[in-house]
Amino acid sequence: MRSFMVKPFAATALALTAMGALGFAASAGAQSRDPAYSAARAAGKVGEQRDGYLGVVGEQGNDIRAMVRDINNKRRALYTSKAASLSSTIDEYAFTTACRLIAETVPGEKYQAPDGSWKTRGSGAPERDPKCP
Amino acid sequence: MITCKLTPTFRPARSGSRTRSKTLRQLDREGSVVRTFGLAGLVLGAIPALGGCVNVSAPDKPIVIELNINIRQEVIYRLAADAANTIEENPEIF
Repeated sequence: MRSFMVKPFAATALALTAMGALGFAASAGAQSRDPAYSAARAAGKVGEQRDGYLGVVGEQGNDIRAMVRDINNKRRALYTSKAASLSSTIDEYAFTTACRLIAETVPGEKYQAPDGSWKTRGSGAPERDPKCP
Repeated sequence: MITCKLTPTFRPARSGSRTRSKTLRQLDREGSVVRTFGLAGLVLGAIPALGGCVNVSAPDKPIVIELNINIRQEVIYRLAADAANTIEENPEIF
């Protein structure tokens, strides 16, 4: 009888914990990638270019192209302000970021090799420009 | 750069004892013959000279300009840590 009373309580506590976790995930999600962007990355529709900007891989719809343009505009604004504060060129800052972004791609995502071709990230290290730190 | 030099080959006019006996009119005619041969020699001399020219033609492939030509290596190393922070602080666009 006693254990019977405990079970619903435990279930409620578990449910509350789960709701709390979900709520936390939702608040964290507001600052991370848009679900459409995450999906496009995972599907290989977009990839990391060698110049620090996002690229459209192959023929994609207007929605994907518009999303990439929007992200790249934001990236360029960020690169511009960072480059100015660090006395470097925008291209140099963007290139350095690209080195890191390509290294951080996960298996299945697309990235641009030094020769400009699109590669799918495998389990090994990606092909990066020799100038990368 | 390769330059072609045209070297005309003039044939010396043959003048002998016969010339003495020729009239002025004949001399004048012979002179024009010599000039004609001289011109022919110039033209003939130019043909092999032109054949020796090296023709430089434009490449059929487009000229590729290296994208990262203005990327300075020392700057890349200096920016690396800041770039890593930028990515971490702006996860919505990276």
